[in-house]
Amino acid sequence: MSTYSETSRAAVLAQTAEEGAALEARPLSLPSSFLVNGPAVFASLAWAGFGLSCLWWEDLGDWSRTHELAITAFVVAVGILATTLGGSRLGRFAAGLRARAPWLLALGLFLTLWEVATAKFAWLPLPFFPPPQAIVEVYTDDLPKLLASAFASVKLQLVGYAIGAAAGFITGVSIGWSRSVGYWVHPILRFIGPLPATAWLPIAFFCFPSSWSASTFLIALATAFPVTVLTWSGVASVSSAYYDVARTLGAKPSFLVLKVAIPAALPHVFVGLFMGLGSSFAVLVVAEMIGVKAGLGWYLQWAQGWAAYANMYAALIVMSLLCSGAITLLFRTRDRLLVWQKGVVKW
Amino acid sequence: MVALAIAERDRPGAAGASLDVKGVSHAFDIDGAVLPVLEDVSFKIAPGEFVALLGPSGCGKSTLLRLVAGLEAPRSGSLREDGDVITGPFPSRVVVFQDPTLFPWRTVWHNVALGLEAQGILKSQRHRVDAAIDLVGLSAFRNAYPHQLSGGMAQRVALARALVNDPRILVLDEPLGKLDSLTRITMQAEISALWQRSGFTTLLVTHDVEEAVFLANRVIVFSERPARIKADIAVDRPFPRHRGDPALAELRRHILGLLGLDATW
Repeated sequence: MSTYSETSRAAVLAQTAEEGAALEARPLSLPSSFLVNGPAVFASLAWAGFGLSCLWWEDLGDWSRTHELAITAFVVAVGILATTLGGSRLGRFAAGLRARAPWLLALGLFLTLWEVATAKFAWLPLPFFPPPQAIVEVYTDDLPKLLASAFASVKLQLVGYAIGAAAGFITGVSIGWSRSVGYWVHPILRFIGPLPATAWLPIAFFCFPSSWSASTFLIALATAFPVTVLTWSGVASVSSAYYDVARTLGAKPSFLVLKVAIPAALPHVFVGLFMGLGSSFAVLVVAEMIGVKAGLGWYLQWAQGWAAYANMYAALIVMSLLCSGAITLLFRTRDRLLVWQKGVVKW
Repeated sequence: MVALAIAERDRPGAAGASLDVKGVSHAFDIDGAVLPVLEDVSFKIAPGEFVALLGPSGCGKSTLLRLVAGLEAPRSGSLREDGDVITGPFPSRVVVFQDPTLFPWRTVWHNVALGLEAQGILKSQRHRVDAAIDLVGLSAFRNAYPHQLSGGMAQRVALARALVNDPRILVLDEPLGKLDSLTRITMQAEISALWQRSGFTTLLVTHDVEEAVFLANRVIVFSERPARIKADIAVDRPFPRHRGDPALAELRRHILGLLGLDATW
């Protein structure tokens, strides 16, 4: 029923959007296809411009990937144009590209400006602001080291986060459920929880057998605090009416915890997991910069030591992709698990 | 109908139980002060009877139902189901609350299955869930989530969730109180038909005098808080009943008089 109403609503929206576009098009007397495809055409031009800007002037420095970059830019430009013109046959892909055309245009302009401002005229001081081809060079020439670093970071983050999330979840449920556990754990949580996990760094590094295990502990700690607090508040705020219903239907305490308290608290738990993810990223990078001899944080530190600024930017881009990928993954998981929330809560 | 036929086959003699409420008093502690809500309440209900509890708002009727359900223990007095003292909740005494309180994270099917799942018998008894959903006419919505249902549909699911357990005493705490009047009339007829077919004992708390006399064999009228029994009235009319029955109208006038509301009649 709901799918039907959604599709029909979407159809109505699409129709009104078309009518709106038609109304706007009339006074300008431009063909409507131009209005629809305009941004994509300009995006294609911007990328072509980026490619041209790479070739038009001589590089000020010695970068080996300028030509490859230019060719890639032209390929992107042609790709955008071809997808737009062949739109009706390419279906969803073309529709997605059309929706993102303004961003592609902005990106093309930004890259052109960046190229000109660094490699060609050095408006920005050079070693600190490397041109795009210098970063491409890092990806092509220093790939094994970068990949190894990314892999080390992901491993450390995954292990620490999993331990912290599990510990936080179990602690939160126990505090929320049992008064005596709450009595003992709550003060400890209040005392230790708000302390930034990085403050433990010096202690952790000599208490643990290796810097890796110390960092795992710190990441787990940073994750566990928000997960504990939010799981706890989630369990504590479950309406007693749910328990009454379950009890009259013959539910035992284990059922009340596993099948009533935990599912009802899950939306809160996911807020905690999200917050824990953010704070654990911070700990990860600091731990890698200070103690662990691997990972993207370490790579950043190492690159800075050698004044290899292009490597730093390259590592930053990888890091940002990994972090946003992790958050996307968390949100996907939440949407799948909390499908019942659709139309109930928005956050 | 299917559910009840199956239920009778599965559990012979599982029809209504008797309920014996004897000298029950109960009170709440609110900010250190003791607030008495029930005072020496005694009545007996025979197996298969349909008894409505009427009384002014906040008089303690719902508290009495919580005691019958076993969600709380009385301060003094005893409640017995078929002679056994009620010490805690048990699925033979199921409550349908004023709010449907469906679990929003479960589909209709899984909400109805809750009782069987909690008792650990869902795997072998899945057909009972389907039958209960059919019984309340929501087969098309078995995979819907509660937020997709209307108020009346949600309350039907709550009813199915209770009936799937083959209750011997069905406890209804103003289950139709928040529904619109048309849905309420339909569901009154459905509850009445269900009760006539299956023979469970029913205890209904309501504010609606018309609903009480239309559905029940007996109407027990309570006083203001702390609740004492003011009158115990037999409704001696055959089923199926008709809302326009002058005898019911006369009874309604009489009961409204007991509640001090006859001036508006």
